[in-house]
Amino acid sequence: MPTVSMTVNGKSVGKTVEDRTLLVQFLRQDLGLTGTHVGCDTSQCGACVVDVNGHAVKACTLLAAQTEGARVTTIEGLAAADGALHPMQQAFMDNHALQCGFCTPGMVMSAVDLLKRHPNPDEQTIRRELEGNLCRCTGYHNIVKAVQQAAKAMAR
Amino acid sequence: MYNFAYHRPGSLAEAERKLKAAADGRLLAGGQTLLPTLKQRLAKPSDLIDIGRLAELSFIKADGRSVQIGATTRHATVAASAEVRKAIPALAKLAGGIGDPQVRNMGTIGGSLANSDPAADYPAAVLALGATIHTTERAIAADDFFKGLFETALKPGEIIKSVSFPVPEKAGYMKFAQPASRFCMVGVFVCKAGSGVRVAVTGAGPCAFRQSAMEKALASNFSAAAIESVKVSPAGLNADIHCSAEYRAHLVGVMARRALTEANG
Repeated sequence: MPTVSMTVNGKSVGKTVEDRTLLVQFLRQDLGLTGTHVGCDTSQCGACVVDVNGHAVKACTLLAAQTEGARVTTIEGLAAADGALHPMQQAFMDNHALQCGFCTPGMVMSAVDLLKRHPNPDEQTIRRELEGNLCRCTGYHNIVKAVQQAAKAMAR
Repeated sequence: MYNFAYHRPGSLAEAERKLKAAADGRLLAGGQTLLPTLKQRLAKPSDLIDIGRLAELSFIKADGRSVQIGATTRHATVAASAEVRKAIPALAKLAGGIGDPQVRNMGTIGGSLANSDPAADYPAAVLALGATIHTTERAIAADDFFKGLFETALKPGEIIKSVSFPVPEKAGYMKFAQPASRFCMVGVFVCKAGSGVRVAVTGAGPCAFRQSAMEKALASNFSAAAIESVKVSPAGLNADIHCSAEYRAHLVGVMARRALTEANG
């Protein structure tokens, strides 16, 4: 069994895991970071999106061993050390961009990623960029508004 | 998912050795098809050889006449490449429309081609642009590469190193995406080059194929109007819960005309 080491939310971690361990299992079961969700388990819903070396990926479709040495950020790593929410988290709250909340961790991680590539996105861009994240409650409308608010807040 | 032995070789040569030594080894590049396949227990390889981080397989080189893309170059990298966007904008657009942003951050061109999913995007570009697939053993012309459903000319142990695309005069790509998976119900890539006109269809048959009736019609007039009267037969086309063979045949015409409009735009 391989030993995998990586930096998760700024902390160095290392564990011996089965070869077949998925990154999402490693985060949830080995590290107890249950903010990253498993929704569809078939790479479609995006509830498991995390950031690996600066890129949003689906943690259910990646082996923990593939991220050896990587810098990983999960939803738990977004807020500041003093607990102040990331502007995207705050914008989701302010705009009621969630109902049941199951998709929210992945949605927020994908939204943060999309602003890196599109700092001032229009509605169409936001909807296209969030194609890999499914929400069955909101109809996406308030999610789009939240991303636009966060874009403005982060541009300041 | 059944367990397997995971390996991450440090070079292509080591990957070749590990692949040949394994009882039933599979290469892991981006894993965006392989891992879902394993999770459904549709495959049970003894070993996974991870080539996804081999720097020697990840590059884009353009020299004005051709664009060469390393096998493990991610879809997102191709989509964002200034060189690809300048030389073959339709290819960058195709890469930017595969799956979703997270899949594009992992999925690779070599993985897509080696898998030859009937609904994958890249095979249409490779076939229409007349690309060459360079492997650890030889160079394979696109026309000789796709053999059938998930079947290619690759031999056991053979690894794709790169793909070289001749730069065309004009090219366009349009797909009708399955709304949940973003795979192609039908995708059509059209290309006009010094060597002639090529039209390739993906999503409609067991693997990507050329549409010769359209190629003939477009030879003297590379426009959407020139293929208005070309009939596409549904015989042999895929049919599933999402789309009948007749509807796919219809979409081949619609997507081809839209791709031509884009190529001429």
